[in-house]
Amino acid sequence: MAKPMDQYKWHELNVGCVIEEVGNAMEYKTGDWRSQKPVWNDAKCIKCGLCWLFCPDAAIYQKDDGLYAANLDYCKGCGICAKECKPGAITMVEEER
Amino acid sequence: MRLKSLELYTEHPEYEFAVSGHRACQGCAEMLALRLALKVFGQDTIIAMATGCMEIISTPLPTTSWRLPWIHVAFENTAAVASGIESALKILTEKKKIPRKDVHVVAIAGDGGTSDIGLQALSGAMERGHKFTYICVDNEAYMNTGIQRSSSTPYGAMTTTSPPGKRSIGQSTQKKNMPKIAAAHNIPYVATACPSYPFDLLAKVKKARMTNGPSYLHVLSVCPTGWRIPSDLAIRYGRLAVRTGVFPLYEVENGKYKITYSPEPLMPVTEYLKGQGRFRHLTDDIIAKIQERVSTDWEDLKFQCGVK
Amino acid sequence: MKEGKTGIEVSIAASIAAKLARVEVVAAYPITPQTHIVEHLSELVANGELDASYVNVESEHSAMSACCGASAAGARTFTSTSAQGMELMHEILFIASAMRFPIVMAAVNRALSSPLSIWGDHSDVMAARDTGWIMLFCENGQEVVDSIIMAFKVAEDRRVLLPVMVNLDGFSLSHVIEPIEFPSQEKVDAFLPPYDPLYTLHPDKPVTMGAYGMPELYTEAKYAQEMALINSKGVVIEVMDDFGKRFGRSYKPVETYNTEKADTVFIALGSINENIKTAIDMLKEEGREVGLIHLRLFRPFPSDELISALKGIKKVAVIERAMPGGAMNSPLFNEISSLVHSNKMGIQLSNFIVGLGGRDVNPEDFHGIIDDMSSPEAAKGAPKEEKNYRVIGVRG
Repeated sequence: MAKPMDQYKWHELNVGCVIEEVGNAMEYKTGDWRSQKPVWNDAKCIKCGLCWLFCPDAAIYQKDDGLYAANLDYCKGCGICAKECKPGAITMVEEER
Repeated sequence: MRLKSLELYTEHPEYEFAVSGHRACQGCAEMLALRLALKVFGQDTIIAMATGCMEIISTPLPTTSWRLPWIHVAFENTAAVASGIESALKILTEKKKIPRKDVHVVAIAGDGGTSDIGLQALSGAMERGHKFTYICVDNEAYMNTGIQRSSSTPYGAMTTTSPPGKRSIGQSTQKKNMPKIAAAHNIPYVATACPSYPFDLLAKVKKARMTNGPSYLHVLSVCPTGWRIPSDLAIRYGRLAVRTGVFPLYEVENGKYKITYSPEPLMPVTEYLKGQGRFRHLTDDIIAKIQERVSTDWEDLKFQCGVK
Repeated sequence: MKEGKTGIEVSIAASIAAKLARVEVVAAYPITPQTHIVEHLSELVANGELDASYVNVESEHSAMSACCGASAAGARTFTSTSAQGMELMHEILFIASAMRFPIVMAAVNRALSSPLSIWGDHSDVMAARDTGWIMLFCENGQEVVDSIIMAFKVAEDRRVLLPVMVNLDGFSLSHVIEPIEFPSQEKVDAFLPPYDPLYTLHPDKPVTMGAYGMPELYTEAKYAQEMALINSKGVVIEVMDDFGKRFGRSYKPVETYNTEKADTVFIALGSINENIKTAIDMLKEEGREVGLIHLRLFRPFPSDELISALKGIKKVAVIERAMPGGAMNSPLFNEISSLVHSNKMGIQLSNFIVGLGGRDVNPEDFHGIIDDMSSPEAAKGAPKEEKNYRVIGVRG
């Protein structure tokens, strides 16, 4: 578990500032970057997986029923999935704040 | 089902080697390209990366987005660092200090770290014949430092160091042909790719992985931030780059050229240029020049491939 | 290897030392006067005497970069360079030490351009003194061989994990033939076990090396590195003592020559100390007692050992082979001066710059320096010229 940067004492850093906890960037939830989020119309979804394939943030996952959804912890709301969805099953809606 | 078809290229299509939580811009096709490529390279990979967008957005101390062994040393020496890693693996395996395993070294750098400041190191590494893959993720400018031009910036494009004005049309030189330079080193495998054509990219990554010697992949990475396009159009513009002939998809295997996706009849380049803020200032005669060059280059490429 | 001493060119001896240390990756670019080192290493690899990967890199910048990659992947790494080559790899020198790669480099000290000069002086190493590397200076060929072997042991120690620069003077040391006793491979193996890296680039245990530091963390990262460098002195001394026990040749970070009865000493780095010792012997025959403090370890700066060596000394002539570049005095002088004044040692310091770009320095020159320092004008203490240093032998 990485601490906030300004809480590290100098002797707590690894030699050469090597990071041993691979993939710990997941602790940073990029979800609050977005101003719009993707919403699936399950009726139109053909489970092709293109949305999952094209997400730069790996923020789309396949649910148990084979349909897709966005991981709102990380989705930045770029809209690529909605644009690339062939049957038009994904719509970008404004985030409520 | 598409995901199943990924199994042609990778044992674990679901596994992410580049995890969420990275700080790439919304709609970054460069990060997408690496996310997909790493699925094919797999677990037995060591990455050497240059200073640049990908390095910065993925490794702010004390966190890292990479689940593979990864090293960043400097901006212009990725190929040299990769050479050192590959040489070490060779001798350590020979001396039985590490178990014999097919570990592949992958060097990743942007267009700046490849065609400009990194060209010397790349040329040396290719000449020495190290077994490694060099991926140039080309977003056509020094994006990480604020969109300054590189030798990979296309003719006429606006960047902060090639701004259009009374005395300037934007970038006044043509894009440096890096795949050609790589092919001139007579390495076994060179290819161009774009994440908008993901299966073409994956197949090429797989070929690169299996190459016994240097391999070079030039990946067009659409950058919504730098190209001034909406973030949701990153995949679309990659497609347009290919279908207008601006960025042809081809490979050079042991010196033999082959087009891997033929977009004929080519769409006019205006389809690609319009809507991109970096080309907004282009006049008709500049566009005509661009079209002429694209058409000529496309014919030359077909000739090289032995295609009429 | 023959028993006893062999007459051999010091460059070749240096490469044999690297071979005895069982280096695994050598990435180097040729530059005069280092060429014989890398040429011979190439030969040793080509004829199978040395089991290593020799990487013919296309520049010194790539040489040090490849060394970083190789060291990161767990190989014992060695390289060598001089002057312009050291400047070209300058950026990576800082990175190699900050990323804690135990690379050993034989720096064949040569003058920096411009004007172009292939001959020896210390301008190249002085320009690199802040790069965070441990630095040793060698007086003769035997020291070069011993220092290279000791360097790996210091560098790879888990308490250190820092690169080490072994400095030898270009031409005046690198190209001379000296009697050198090579330790046996068995004894070196017993002294220097295989490199066991703390972190390594391998898929079995992935790590991220070289992440970037925001202002919130950069200070702590640099502090940690600096502490490691300062604390490495203890390991250097340990290794030198161990070496002495096993091989019969003892070294210390600071050594003295004829300082018992002297109240004036020279301080210098490198092979010029042999000329100074000759001058001291000459002066001794005239009944004058002058000493030498031979600085073997330059980084980390051995303050405590110097303070001990300077006890009872009234005057010091700091001999330097590099120009100040606009500073008040030359680099070594500035550090000695800082030491002497912050410890209120009341010693009179004089700064002499000699041997730039390979110019010969004779024992007579040192004799002359002592004469000057003992003159009535010098006794008054005030410097005669506008500058605080003298460039010996400059015409005009």
